[in-house]
Amino acid sequence: MIIDLIEKLFPWTSNISSREQAKQRLKLVIAHDRAGLTPEMIESMRKEIMEVIGRYVDIDQEEMEFTLESNDRMSALIANFPIRRVKPEIIDN
Amino acid sequence: MSKIIVITSGKGGVGKTTVTANLGSALTQLGRKVALLDADFGLRNLDLLLGLENRIVYTAIEVISGECRLEQALVKDKRQPGLVLLPAAQSRNKESITAEQIKEVVNQLAQTFDYIFIDCPAGIEMGFRNAIAPAQEAIIVTTPEVSAVRDADRVIGLLEANGVKNIRLIINRIKPEMVQMNEMMSVEDVLEILAINLIGIVPDDTRVIVSSNKGEPLVLGHPTSLPAMAFNNIARRLEGEKVPLIDLMASQENFLSRIRRFFKG
Repeated sequence: MIIDLIEKLFPWTSNISSREQAKQRLKLVIAHDRAGLTPEMIESMRKEIMEVIGRYVDIDQEEMEFTLESNDRMSALIANFPIRRVKPEIIDN
Repeated sequence: MSKIIVITSGKGGVGKTTVTANLGSALTQLGRKVALLDADFGLRNLDLLLGLENRIVYTAIEVISGECRLEQALVKDKRQPGLVLLPAAQSRNKESITAEQIKEVVNQLAQTFDYIFIDCPAGIEMGFRNAIAPAQEAIIVTTPEVSAVRDADRVIGLLEANGVKNIRLIINRIKPEMVQMNEMMSVEDVLEILAINLIGIVPDDTRVIVSSNKGEPLVLGHPTSLPAMAFNNIARRLEGEKVPLIDLMASQENFLSRIRRFFKG
């Protein structure tokens, strides 16, 4: 009760609103719907791309991003692979 | 040149049939000749919302099979000269209808009427494909709920793939007080996600149910109610007029947010 009241008085104290949750969940699910890719396909795509990149550089696995996004009815694959270092054998060649 | 517009949503129960009945009535009041085609074979409801359920003799199926002429199947609305309903069959096998047959019927209607609205069944199967086949334009009806918006997005994709170019959106059943509390997506939120042109917004109103109880579209029974004004505005936009959106949030503003808005300009 009191918490509800406080959240109403100070909206910034509450967690993310259900309105914002709806938006974020929809954006994700619609990006997948539009692309027509199954989660398995995305996972195998991610693995193959990682494999190729991994031949040249070490990637920060924790910080990497690999998601589908949709803007203005266009789907895009957003990938962000932070590079820890270039593999020594690549530099030698 | 008549306009052939399909009213569709993907998800059921978001207000397609209510929109069809009210837009038809609103355009009739603007002096247009309007035909409403119920393409929801097996689960017809447009006749009920218009209060014409007792006057049906033939349906679109009899027209298609050649058992009657088109004019015999058209149900005229006595309260609104200029508006006719071509009902769907309630019993017959709907699988027997093809897109070509629906196109043929709509083309015949197009010779007499200024507007032909096709009330599309829910879903994206055969009935949906038949209903969108003759359409040049589409009106998508959605509500600010996750499932309705997701299905609307699917349907927009299918319409685009089928060559329907002019696709516009109605956001139905908005509750301004919930948007204000950040408990419902706003018009802007839905537009950001769907990225198509908006043709109107309709607030949630209990009178919509009352008018369906009576079989009398809101624009006839309660022309001064907010939803009826919203439908009338959409009708005028279809006619090419520039009509500003009703500011649904205005009633929700308190003193502080008004001051804030004043300074924002």
